[in-house]
Amino acid sequence: MTDWAMIPEQALIDWPAVDWLHPGLVLILGAALIPLLRGSIGQLYRLALPLLALVTVVAMAPGTHGQFTLFDLDLVAGRVDELSLVFGHVFSIMVLIGAIYALHVRDPVQHVAGFVYAGSAMGAVFAGDLVTLYVFWELMMLSSVWLIWRRGTGVSYGAGFRYLIFHAVGGVMLLAGIVVYYLTTGSIAFNEIEVGGAAFWLILLGFVVNAAVPPLHAWLTDAYPEATVTGAVFLSAFTTKTAVYTLIRGYPDTEVLAWIGAIMTLYGVTFAMLANDIRRLLSYHIVSQVGYMVAGVGLGTALALNGSAAHAFTHILYKALLFMGAGAVLYMTGRSKLSELGGLYRYMPLTLILYMIGAFSIAAFPLFSGFTSKTMIVESAAEMQEAAIWLMLSLAAVGTFLSTGLKLPYVTFFGRDSGLRPKEAPWNMLLAMAIAAFLCIFLGVAPQPLYNLMPTEVDYNAYTAGHVLWELQLLLFTALAFFVLLKWVGKPPEPKINLDTDWSYRVAGPAVLSMSRDAIRTVWAAFIGFLQGQVRWVIGTLSEHHGPQGALARTWPTGSMVLWVAVLLAASLLIYYF
Amino acid sequence: MIDQLPALPVVITMAAAPLVMCLLRWPWLAWATTTAACWAALAATIALLHHVLDVGTVSYAMGGWEPPFGIEYRIDAANVFVLLIIAGVSALIMPFAKRSVESEIEASKIPFFYCAFLLANCGLLGVTATGDAFNIFVFFEIAAIASYALIAMGKDRRAVMASYQYLVMGTVGTTFLLIGIGFLYIMTGTLNLNDLAHRLPEVSDTNTVRAAFAFLAVGVSLKLALFPLHLWLPNAYTYAPSMVTVFLSATATKVAIYVLLRLFYSVFGIEFSFEELSMNYVLFPLALLGILIPSIVAVFQNNAKRMLAYSSVANVGYIILGISFATTLGVMASMLHIFNHAITKAALFMALGCVVYRAGGTSLERMAGMGQRMPWTMAAFVLAGLSLIGIPLTVGFITKWHLILASLETGLWPIAVFLLGTSLLAVIYIWKVVEAAYFREPLAENANVQEAPLSLLVPTWVLTLLCVVFGVYTPFTVGIAETAAETLMGGFL
Repeated sequence: MTDWAMIPEQALIDWPAVDWLHPGLVLILGAALIPLLRGSIGQLYRLALPLLALVTVVAMAPGTHGQFTLFDLDLVAGRVDELSLVFGHVFSIMVLIGAIYALHVRDPVQHVAGFVYAGSAMGAVFAGDLVTLYVFWELMMLSSVWLIWRRGTGVSYGAGFRYLIFHAVGGVMLLAGIVVYYLTTGSIAFNEIEVGGAAFWLILLGFVVNAAVPPLHAWLTDAYPEATVTGAVFLSAFTTKTAVYTLIRGYPDTEVLAWIGAIMTLYGVTFAMLANDIRRLLSYHIVSQVGYMVAGVGLGTALALNGSAAHAFTHILYKALLFMGAGAVLYMTGRSKLSELGGLYRYMPLTLILYMIGAFSIAAFPLFSGFTSKTMIVESAAEMQEAAIWLMLSLAAVGTFLSTGLKLPYVTFFGRDSGLRPKEAPWNMLLAMAIAAFLCIFLGVAPQPLYNLMPTEVDYNAYTAGHVLWELQLLLFTALAFFVLLKWVGKPPEPKINLDTDWSYRVAGPAVLSMSRDAIRTVWAAFIGFLQGQVRWVIGTLSEHHGPQGALARTWPTGSMVLWVAVLLAASLLIYYF
Repeated sequence: MIDQLPALPVVITMAAAPLVMCLLRWPWLAWATTTAACWAALAATIALLHHVLDVGTVSYAMGGWEPPFGIEYRIDAANVFVLLIIAGVSALIMPFAKRSVESEIEASKIPFFYCAFLLANCGLLGVTATGDAFNIFVFFEIAAIASYALIAMGKDRRAVMASYQYLVMGTVGTTFLLIGIGFLYIMTGTLNLNDLAHRLPEVSDTNTVRAAFAFLAVGVSLKLALFPLHLWLPNAYTYAPSMVTVFLSATATKVAIYVLLRLFYSVFGIEFSFEELSMNYVLFPLALLGILIPSIVAVFQNNAKRMLAYSSVANVGYIILGISFATTLGVMASMLHIFNHAITKAALFMALGCVVYRAGGTSLERMAGMGQRMPWTMAAFVLAGLSLIGIPLTVGFITKWHLILASLETGLWPIAVFLLGTSLLAVIYIWKVVEAAYFREPLAENANVQEAPLSLLVPTWVLTLLCVVFGVYTPFTVGIAETAAETLMGGFL
């Protein structure tokens, strides 16, 4: 069993320790007042609340708080140790950034949902037992879906509903796993899951649904692009990272996760390259980046686990920054499709610069935050001589840079002039992005504070010549290939930039990819069609018998009712007599 | 006074019934008298509950005729719990009834209505309180005949047909009961339940006793709407006046379930019922079918009231499932669900009563847009709906938890999976109402509908909050259910 240090070796600031205030409850209960406060008072309140949560997290005393017993179950609301504090810190920073980004939004439902969602994510992270974890897990799902629905389009309603069903099924599996776990071990404490059998797999299944592990990832890439502009920023931060936390806590060194994670990284970037909606493209990159973290959990060495936690920390910040940039574009232009955007650099230069900081971070450029965390995972794969995994993780980095660092900004901000003349994004959006961008650079240049936060002591230097050279080589050659191939395609017959760049990728190699994509699509469509047919058949048959006019639901003649009585009496008599 | 407590709830309601008939010309006074009687019965029941929890089983000789020859009222943890449900729901329903009944029943019939309600109430209390087999039959008939009248007073003309079918089926059920009781009397010469329990083992290996058991089992199953004998229930609940639906859904089937528990566990004894006659082989599959099929039927319903009626049948299935395990934990889960489902369903039907009062019906079309028009009513519906589904922090979760524990205790883990799966069906049918109420525009004629008046809202919310209160604070209900289960399993002393 992995032991997490309970006492931080060096607290960041020497606050008076707090052990009675739960940052998650601050947000959840505090959200209740949001609908009552309008105007600038409301705005101030929405800034004060995450600040209070942040202070609470920083001031929290390590240890176990909030223990109570509910019908024979020992519940622990606040398990504060090094691992949960990593996520507590980044979550509270993220709520603040998200609150600033959403400052101009007038819809109280979104604010309440956002705060309850973030609060329950914190509640899940600080939960010391599986039942508390489950309660916050479900609350997270129930609150976050409103961030999708409040977009108010028919598509978002459908996407939100599918999101809800997916998570409900995952939640049921988690609950079933918890019950079996309780019955086998007699305890509901949430530590490394060390039993075999149904409990192990059911709980793992519940976790990986939220971690968006393919093929269970569809809820994410389906729903996030349909969320509201500000809602997507919240969504990108909490659900998957809470799942990463539970995996680090419950399933460290589970070898299958290393492979799953490595496959995820490639799966995500591949589909990102085919995406047209900018926020869908970024959503696929969440899958890919969470893949690194899952792989780290599976590798299971101290360095790898630290890497997963650190990568979750930096990922939340830069992914939020990317989503904020894409959100700013959507907010100002009303469009989010690559094929409809272009030439925005003259009108939204600040957004472009801030977005690029996020893009360099996700691509793990030296001096940006992704570099200091991701290389930890890649390095531990190398140390463990897992060549295949190492190769897959490195390869995914190429794809990441290609689509978020080159393709998306090139098409959106440069490329063909789309005729759009938007203004720069509002100040609060830019401020939120600037804070996130600052943290991305800060953690890239001076990673030591991040390493100090990590669950076990970190003896790792990202800036060795080898790391820097390897990473730069990888990225610069990617960039070179991108621009060379852009030229090589030559004069595009039609000035449709989106199609040109699309073509350049296909000529550069993924011709095979697109063919296999088509093949996969056809097979998938046939499979889905088959499933739909089956489901329709089942529903049809069910409604034939159970529907309002079906035999089981219509009003029966009195005689037939009595017949049943006779049948049952005869049957019981037969049973009793023989 | 303490000595008379066991008889008081029954006597008060029975005495009030003719009094209400005398107030034909003043419907308002009729309502007030009924309310007073119901609250007095509740007060007596609560006093009785304290008394029973203090001193244990209480025996009361009606009219001073000592048992086993006279009629005995025998109150222990099991039936005082059921008495509390009946008296509690009928007391809470009365403030709700005032305006709801005025809007659904002709003014001239209102005193008759309340008289019938008091008799139904009295009958159900009597079935629960009495320790005499023949008395059970008599009170069943009092309750049943009064409920036929109550259901037939529904606004919809189909109410009469529903009531007629209930009458035929109810009569068949009580006749079976009478036949069973008669057989037992022939074999043992006694009608007192306690006495029967002592004398039955000597004659239990006879075909007459087996036949008696079969008649009693089928008769009671009919009264408690065990699948597939539930066919009378959906129509009766759908077309009855709102207040009657609330009352019957919370109490009528629960009382029959209590009688089943009493007969199987205390009178015939667990060995005879479950080991010799393997009653669990009958109850178990019927319970599973009874959970699954009515839940699916509920999903396809277009009328919220009828949907909830089918859900009631499914919930009877849950209770019978607990009984069929024949373990203390299973019976305890069933006792808990009797209470928890009573308050949940009463809250849901009351919320629908508010909708009927304002919008004139409960078809999903009519409920469209009610989330905006009647926010408090629909909020109560959603909260109680969550309890019906079994979300943590509501009573529904408490019972589901104990049912799952009971099924795992007997090693039937697929049943635990089955229970979790069927709760998804409840999600679907509650969601259909939520979707209509919150995501659709109201009908043109309902565009100006207002929130329900306070006299309807307050009782609805009291019941809804009870669903949450007892979902968080469990020692009270779990404690009583545990004692009740142990009492039932222990047989008579």
